[in-house]
Amino acid sequence: MFELLGIPPQALFGQLLLGLINGAFYAMLSLGLAVIFGLLNVINFTHGAQYMMGAFGAWMLLNYAGIPFWGALVLSPIIVAAIGMVIERTLLKRLYHLDHLYGLLLTFGLALILEGLFRRQYGSSGLPYNNPLPGGTNLGFMFLPNYRAFVVVASLVVCIATWYVIERTKLGSYLRAATERPDLVQAFGIDVPRMITLTYGFGVGLAALAGVLAAPAYQVSPTMGSNLIIVVFAVVVIGGMGSIMGAIVTGFGLGIVEGLTKVFYPEASSTVIFVIMAIVLMVKPAGLFGTAK
Amino acid sequence: MSTSTPTHPAGAPAASGSGASVGTIFGVLAIAVLLAAPFGVYPVFLMKVMCFALFACAFNLLLGYTGLLSFGHAMFFGGSAYVCAHTIKVMGFSPELGILAGVVFAAALGFLSGLLAIRRQGIYFAMVTLALAQMFFFFCLQAPFTGGEDGLQAVPRGALFGIIDLTKDINLYYLVLAIFVFGFLVIYRAIHSPFGQVLKAIRENEPRAISLGYRVNQYKLVAFVLSAALAGLAGATKVLVFQLASLTDVAWQMSGEVILMTLVGGMGTILGPIVGAAVIVTMQNYLAGLGEWVLVIQGVIFVLAVSLFRRGFVGEVIAIIQQFKAKKAD
Repeated sequence: MFELLGIPPQALFGQLLLGLINGAFYAMLSLGLAVIFGLLNVINFTHGAQYMMGAFGAWMLLNYAGIPFWGALVLSPIIVAAIGMVIERTLLKRLYHLDHLYGLLLTFGLALILEGLFRRQYGSSGLPYNNPLPGGTNLGFMFLPNYRAFVVVASLVVCIATWYVIERTKLGSYLRAATERPDLVQAFGIDVPRMITLTYGFGVGLAALAGVLAAPAYQVSPTMGSNLIIVVFAVVVIGGMGSIMGAIVTGFGLGIVEGLTKVFYPEASSTVIFVIMAIVLMVKPAGLFGTAK
Repeated sequence: MSTSTPTHPAGAPAASGSGASVGTIFGVLAIAVLLAAPFGVYPVFLMKVMCFALFACAFNLLLGYTGLLSFGHAMFFGGSAYVCAHTIKVMGFSPELGILAGVVFAAALGFLSGLLAIRRQGIYFAMVTLALAQMFFFFCLQAPFTGGEDGLQAVPRGALFGIIDLTKDINLYYLVLAIFVFGFLVIYRAIHSPFGQVLKAIRENEPRAISLGYRVNQYKLVAFVLSAALAGLAGATKVLVFQLASLTDVAWQMSGEVILMTLVGGMGTILGPIVGAAVIVTMQNYLAGLGEWVLVIQGVIFVLAVSLFRRGFVGEVIAIIQQFKAKKAD
């Protein structure tokens, strides 16, 4: 029907869909990073490892407890979030009065520990996870696998629900207030430390949920997180961490750009996001949705 | 990074008259020990420690004295290693020219990435440098002259200035020692110059440094390029020692390692990075057989260092000495 620069539409839309899925993971992870950074002032380097733990959680629940994908989709994020909250209470909490960089270094150390433990136990190569939604729909111009469609829709729903809760509900208004002035919010009788713990748990849970969704799409491997988190950092720099909607839009947008690069200039597909980051830094240092301070 | 002063340990180095002379005596003693050391200890191990010590010192110039946490220093270390290995092995450069080429490349790369990175502060600076280094990693993975997964192996050591045979470990050892002492003195000089004082002012309070009329970004950029060039010097020297440049040198784990060395030794202290590098390299040597546990142990040290002794070994010792002096003064 329409051949774009000699590229068959199947390849184009296939890569677009892959890009959209990657974008879904970028969006969910950078959203979690932004929420955590807003309240804790910590860049959570463990985020990639927690995404990996979410995927491994699903794999373990299936192989050791016989719990299928749909159960793991709920259970695995809750378990990983609980572990995250323990980490917040025992380790991170003691660093809030210090420079932000110490939080980054601590979570970097934690990421090394987690990745090392999983690599020792399961090796560096990936473990397969069966597709819970086999089959697909023929749309005429392309074949749409059911599971991939599900991933895109599910992450969109989660992202928009998160945006709604933070920007449009009373709970979200407490959260936004505590981001600005935690001391004042505490003076109004709200338990800010508990809110911080729960927020960290929520951000970590988002990462783990992305991990569960990624398990059938990619392989479950101990290094899946550290490879992704650096790209997500670039996404965060591009979008700026000031806005929730900004994180979502940038995440999906960059996923699509990456997918398109794979079609038109495959050699640059692994670096295109970093190049965009460099350009954004030159033109608008605070990020596309960030506010200069 | 600009607001929280108490996190930096060595805000007040012992610069009294007696302290300086004690320092000189200590320095002469240390060099005497290093000159004699290869007769007692395996020289390749010592050379490895000195390469990483120089790398960590260069990194510390940025983190400890300017307050900039670079999460991408592997790109200067590894990039210089690739250029040094390529010019020597393929283009037939002599060792000294190969090292020079590596350093020039690292400085140029430092200038370009520094221009971008200093546009953001604090936590963003760390993320930008990490992302730029990852971009460079992918570039090295795909570029034809890096040898891909194999790296550049069996780089000839050659003869220094065409006279001194570097294939002998002992000759190479004294070259590495000379390079290390040179790099260390450059950093020492930079820190104790008016330039270094401005860097410390930026670390402690950037807005105030700006209001005093300093062009903060120019100072940061010069510090960044200097740090990158010296990291490149360390990387190029490492190529001569191990005759190898590989993807390990440019990977993000290498950037993490140099942070760990500086943190363990004591950031913002002159000797801290050297102690930290010695500790971590020794640990890696002893634990090499443990495979993945090395990663876990490094992570545990990170967590312990950040949670319990943020000043590092040298920083803690300085703090104890100062406490002791304060008590004596009472």
